Amino acid sequence: MEKFTTLQDTAVPLEVENIDTDQIIPARFLKATDKAGFGENLFKDWRFDKDGKPVEDFTLNQDQYSGQILIAGNNFGCGSSREHAAWALKAYGFKVVVSSYFADIFKGNALNNGLLPVQVSPEFLDELFLAIRKDNKESFKVDLENQKIEILSSGKSENFAIDAYKKTCLINGFDDIDFLVSKLDAIKKFEEKQTQMREAAIQ
Amino acid sequence: MKKTLFDKIWDAHVVESIPDGPDILYIDQHLIHEVTSPQAFNELKERDIPVFRPNKIVATADHNTPTENQHLPVKDLLSRKQLKELSQNCEENNITLYGLGHPYNGIVHVMAPELGITQPGKTMVCGDSHTSTHGAFGAIAFGIGTSQVTQVFASQCLLVEKPKRLRVNVNGDLKKGVTPKDVILYVISKLGTNSGTGYFCEYAGDVFENMSMEGRMTVCNMSIEMGARGGLIAPDQTTYDYVEGREFAPKGEEFDKLKAYWETLKTDEGAEFDQEYSFDAEDIEPMITYGTNPGMGIKITGAIPVEGGKSDAKALSYMGFKPGESLIDKPINYIFIGSCTNSRIEDFRMAASYIKGKKKAENVNALIVPGSRQVAAQIQQEGLDKVFEEAGFKLRQPGCSACLAMNDDKIPEGEYCVSTSNRNFEGRQGQGSRTILASPLTAAATAVAGKITDFTKSLN
Repeated sequence: MEKFTTLQDTAVPLEVENIDTDQIIPARFLKATDKAGFGENLFKDWRFDKDGKPVEDFTLNQDQYSGQILIAGNNFGCGSSREHAAWALKAYGFKVVVSSYFADIFKGNALNNGLLPVQVSPEFLDELFLAIRKDNKESFKVDLENQKIEILSSGKSENFAIDAYKKTCLINGFDDIDFLVSKLDAIKKFEEKQTQMREAAIQ
Repeated sequence: MKKTLFDKIWDAHVVESIPDGPDILYIDQHLIHEVTSPQAFNELKERDIPVFRPNKIVATADHNTPTENQHLPVKDLLSRKQLKELSQNCEENNITLYGLGHPYNGIVHVMAPELGITQPGKTMVCGDSHTSTHGAFGAIAFGIGTSQVTQVFASQCLLVEKPKRLRVNVNGDLKKGVTPKDVILYVISKLGTNSGTGYFCEYAGDVFENMSMEGRMTVCNMSIEMGARGGLIAPDQTTYDYVEGREFAPKGEEFDKLKAYWETLKTDEGAEFDQEYSFDAEDIEPMITYGTNPGMGIKITGAIPVEGGKSDAKALSYMGFKPGESLIDKPINYIFIGSCTNSRIEDFRMAASYIKGKKKAENVNALIVPGSRQVAAQIQQEGLDKVFEEAGFKLRQPGCSACLAMNDDKIPEGEYCVSTSNRNFEGRQGQGSRTILASPLTAAATAVAGKITDFTKSLN
């Protein structure tokens, strides 16, 4: 997995709440059997009309916005468990998604793919949107080590929470599979014990 | 210490807890399908890691499968490739597959319970958010992403943080025409789509105690629609009666021993929850949704709320509805009875009992899709197929079908569909389609009337 430490960049605002993973990557694109190529279909039905022409008022199509940070409305990534949503965001070029709330499965999927979900307070999310509205070239600094996101021009910042284990994985580019495989002996012992535990519960 | 049902099962499956980090949670049953598994199998191959416990995995083909001519090669080449890869991957890794055409084939969340694979006290995962369905049996069941599918392949375990505990109580008597689907749509409309985020939800109270297993599955299925990782209901005699005698359920002495364990799983009196909500059954009426997330629901005779944010306006514009409007008498062109929420035999009995002796309206395309081959067989045995056919409904072969429209069963752009599925997201049932979520009874009544109707007046 790709390492993540800090990122300083401009951002793309997407001021919509409850963005579900069906919008991030519609079901008809889930027929692939590898992980490549999802970026071009990111937000497909919001980015393009039915004739394939870019939808002008959708922020991803507006030249004034760019950067590897996506700032989105509350409850981002709800709905389907499809990891393709995280692959699509990553392949399109995003490295950070900021929202005031993330759905659980999406958050896990993002972290497992080196895409950092930064959860901020609703008030700070408003500040972020306001900063981009004022200047669409505003830069933001995301510092994973210090768990801090900052609006560079004003210096306003907020700390964000992240599981300590996941933070270590992201900073070092580790993933869960290697870790779990290193635990196979403990897992085998657990399997032997499982029946005894059930019997103990009855007594 | 007093423990909840959720704690009891979770704690019995922790291999190790990582300080300041997640638990290593042992998974008793892994369910897979064609859409979220291929990349996981590829990852294993690239890392040269074998599948650790193939006998704890069961595969089915459901998301992509056609609902007509299942005996013929699948026409869509990408779907065919995905199904072929699933067969190959299962064969190479000694995993049991109930593929297209197998008598046990069906939607993963319908076939596993009916085969007795789903049992109380188990931990179960699947690369599908509606894995929460299996919680109806008093199991910890939740949806995972493809990276986690790989983790379970490699170790039969997952690294997960323990969610918080939530309890939703519904007590009292349900009114006539109010079904389990209405109960869960009501709860989600009251609590919102992210109220359950970070939680595992236990449903308690006499409404759930009196519910059939099919009804409990419908409720638990939609736990994810309020953001909860999963939902669960304490196992009881209804659960044991459902499980006993099924193909892969424990038998004889083994069943009795396990049952004695299952009976210990109930939430202890006085155990604490991090969050709790209570509702009265008497307040619940048949529900429908008007927006583009499952939380945007109203009673069928109600009006679309007037107040709302920017995102609500976007949803109403997509649906072609206005604030303050009633949906009664709205003409509807499609109804779909199917999906892992409502494609079990009880759902079709409910729909058929309303439809019997009536005809669908001319303007309606009515699609009936059983959740599994076994449900399809039951429909035939009970003669429900004739009821549907005589009323002009199309009865198809099993699969996920028009719930997520990965196959040919799509709702055309701009058309309205009253659907028993779980999601009304933009374009969910096909690009530009407009979905109104409801119970099988409401869908059947809509098909007959050709428009949304307050059918409760006509119920005996």
